[in-house]
Amino acid sequence: MGNQRADITNLQRLEAESIHIMREVAAECERPVMLYSIGKDSAVMLHLAIKAFYPSKPPFPLLHVDTMWKFKEMIAFRDRRVRELGLELLVHTNPEGLAQGIGPFTHGSVIHTDIMKTQGLKQALDKWQFDAAFGGARRDEEKSRAKERIFSFRSAQHRWDPRQQRPELWRLYNTRVHKGESIRVFPLSNWTELDIWQYIYQEKIPIVPLYLAKERPVVRRNKALIMVDDERMPLLPGEKPELKSVRFRTLGCYPLTGAIESKADTLPAIIGEMLLTTSSERQGRVIDHDVSASMEKKKQEGYF
Amino acid sequence: MPPPSTVQDIESYLHARQRKGLLRFITCGSVDDGKSTLIGRLLYDSKLIFEDQLSALERDSKTVGTQGGALDFALLMDGLAAEREQGITIDVAYRYFTTDKRTFIVADTPGHEQYTRNMVTGASTADLAVILVDARKGVLVQTRRHSYLVALMGIRKVVLAVNKMDLVEYDRAVFERIRNDYLEFARQIGLEDVVAIPISGLKGDNIAAAGESMAWYRGPSLLHHLETVDATDRTTGGPFRLCVQWVNRPDLNFRGFSGVIASGEVRPGDRLRALPSGKECHVTRIVSYDGDLTHAVAGQSVTLTLDHEIDLSRGDVLASASDLPAAADQFNTTLVWMSDEPLLPGRSYLMKIGTRTVSATVSDIKYKVNVNTLEHVAAKTLGLNEIGVANIHLTQPIPFDPYDQNRETGGFIFIDRMSNSTIGAGLIHFALRRSQNVHWQALEVNKTARAQIKNQMACVLWFTGLSGAGKSTIANVVEKQLLGLGRHTYLLDGDNVRHGLNHDLGFTDADRVENIRRVAEVAKLMVDAGLIVLVSFISPFRAERELARGLLESGEFLEIFVDTPLEDAEKRDPKGLYKKARRGEINNFTGISSPYEAPLNPEIRIDTMRLTAAEAADAILRKLKDLGMLAGN
Repeated sequence: MGNQRADITNLQRLEAESIHIMREVAAECERPVMLYSIGKDSAVMLHLAIKAFYPSKPPFPLLHVDTMWKFKEMIAFRDRRVRELGLELLVHTNPEGLAQGIGPFTHGSVIHTDIMKTQGLKQALDKWQFDAAFGGARRDEEKSRAKERIFSFRSAQHRWDPRQQRPELWRLYNTRVHKGESIRVFPLSNWTELDIWQYIYQEKIPIVPLYLAKERPVVRRNKALIMVDDERMPLLPGEKPELKSVRFRTLGCYPLTGAIESKADTLPAIIGEMLLTTSSERQGRVIDHDVSASMEKKKQEGYF
Repeated sequence: MPPPSTVQDIESYLHARQRKGLLRFITCGSVDDGKSTLIGRLLYDSKLIFEDQLSALERDSKTVGTQGGALDFALLMDGLAAEREQGITIDVAYRYFTTDKRTFIVADTPGHEQYTRNMVTGASTADLAVILVDARKGVLVQTRRHSYLVALMGIRKVVLAVNKMDLVEYDRAVFERIRNDYLEFARQIGLEDVVAIPISGLKGDNIAAAGESMAWYRGPSLLHHLETVDATDRTTGGPFRLCVQWVNRPDLNFRGFSGVIASGEVRPGDRLRALPSGKECHVTRIVSYDGDLTHAVAGQSVTLTLDHEIDLSRGDVLASASDLPAAADQFNTTLVWMSDEPLLPGRSYLMKIGTRTVSATVSDIKYKVNVNTLEHVAAKTLGLNEIGVANIHLTQPIPFDPYDQNRETGGFIFIDRMSNSTIGAGLIHFALRRSQNVHWQALEVNKTARAQIKNQMACVLWFTGLSGAGKSTIANVVEKQLLGLGRHTYLLDGDNVRHGLNHDLGFTDADRVENIRRVAEVAKLMVDAGLIVLVSFISPFRAERELARGLLESGEFLEIFVDTPLEDAEKRDPKGLYKKARRGEINNFTGISSPYEAPLNPEIRIDTMRLTAAEAADAILRKLKDLGMLAGN
């Protein structure tokens, strides 16, 4: 409800709202954590956290749930950013999944995502007893996200019940939970994909280079261009990686993230391509393609 | 808009986009008025549906669509699987779109009666409301209800969208009759700024552009109106208010106060007053990561530093020293109830207003509003989705502005202490009396002095348990032993108090709450008099026991759970009450026809299956000694 809207820009208003949400969590929750998934939304969220608490450092650690299948460049970028900013980073990998050698090529995207991402996240939240976790999800990403609250209440089993969500009026957020319960907090709820890119551009926020076009080795599978990021990727008979100029609109596990052919190697060029695009950004994600209610199902099971 | 192609184009495009204004609006309508279709159409016509979304829409339209296989725009909006199956919208969904002129956030809220709370939620952040009416049906009861809620939540700008004009042959007379009906009603509830537009969400008439079907209509299309309507908030020019959200203290040399500017603006050098302390100060810096600011306005999240080290923490308010909010602890309010559990007057709820959370009780419901007829109806409670005007009473004074002057310092939510759910929302209208000048007399004769002269520490021993558990028996023994130790005591017993102070109360849930509230207040006065107070009441609800605890200082309240299984209490049945209750001669009997909520963390738990009354009393006295309550002799 920004008053004097004429005086502050759309991005200033979004920034102010996100900062308010983060400060509210810092003030009211006992053990908050910020889920850091290394992508562009995480980059913006982290930048906002730095601003929200300046000159103090953000009063919570970052958490990365590592599925062991992220792009190598993502991990290198993560470690560099954390070092530069002097922040605490916690990394968790599902030990049982690791022991069983769960991976997208051997077990398929559904099992891999459930065990390494969803279960891994739940383990991490339980292990460190976090009562609030920031996530970078936006409501414009997907239909069931559009109905999620900014403060999304989860049971002690991490379940999301769309019928039990707390009404959110004005700027008043109810952060109270019983022991074991937690809240997922989405400070970027009201940002759109274009807002994110525009803010990265305006604030000069560092992002993983994979977002910019470059020649990379890829193979085409089921209409998706998959990058051969390491030797774990089994090639099918007749398949041969070719060098193509590609970039990624979203980043996740490399075998599950489709690249798009592009020559856009600067931010304005990416934004320009985005303005011309005719498909929504999750299209690059293999995991959402099963059924249109798949995100909702995953969320009820504890996915972010 | 033609897509930008060069880097310079993109930069100027981004710059222009960034300067764009924002309009938040809410759409309200009854089931089948075509709300979701309308918004889907707005997105579609603004070219904001991507190809993959469109192909999913085409697929879904064929399998679950309601338009016989043609594009069913409603499917873009009804996001949750449960909703798609039932063909209804059950929650608030937010949508985002941008045109050449503005950025929009749309709250889509459901129309049926049981979801009033969602509409109020969506309206709380909206600047404008689009109210849909089916041209075949005209102004319905639901239309009036939505309009009342819109007016209540402080939205002043309304678009009356008369939809499905294609189904009435685009008849001008139909439109004009509905418009006139509505304007008359709108005036009654104080909605002055109404623009009526005839549309067809399905066919697209007057959505993005005029179309040819209604040449008689000369006004703007819906989108054109939304792009150009004056969206300035009425409180823009208000006095400076900032609710302190977080104290920023990286080291001993820096102390900043962070929060959102709720209204007005601020510059270094401004004279402010901190509330409730009343101390004056000046702003020295507006600190930001991008360097100090010279000026900040409502809606911005800022960090201020001040020239004095004044006592200021989360929940306090910084306000313009020349235009202060009032402070009070009793208010006339409108409450919107959002929980299946009805509102109980006298029960202690948590109230969050600004960044402050306080204890509040509803002391008096003036009336509830029949949202369909707007009639005032006498009420003792409010149920889910009911709206009423009520007086509320806080345990401490708070700074506030009336809601119609400032949504952020006049709007609040109620939170249940036990479930932690958000169970209601409210709007402050005015303070019942100016309590800002009422201070407790700081007498030299105080609680400590009164207790000291009796050589004791005043406290409440609160015995709770089922009827027949042995509360009074044990409390009697404890009181005798305390007397033997030279302590000054008083025993408040359920039966005795019900004969006198509470003889007007029965055994309904509401009366049980009031019963305990009165006893808790009496116990508090007695503690103030320096006594050790023994309270022996069934007190079946946790919330009321927590209320009693909240009235006292920490350490003064000891909850003693006299734990007897129901079957054993019933076997003992010293007063023959269980038999009567089982025969149906007593209504609302705890344990039989009314619940007992056992304490979760009592200070003392007495297992009457293992201890005699004398042993139980010994255990309680031992505990009091351990806690240092019996020191001094």
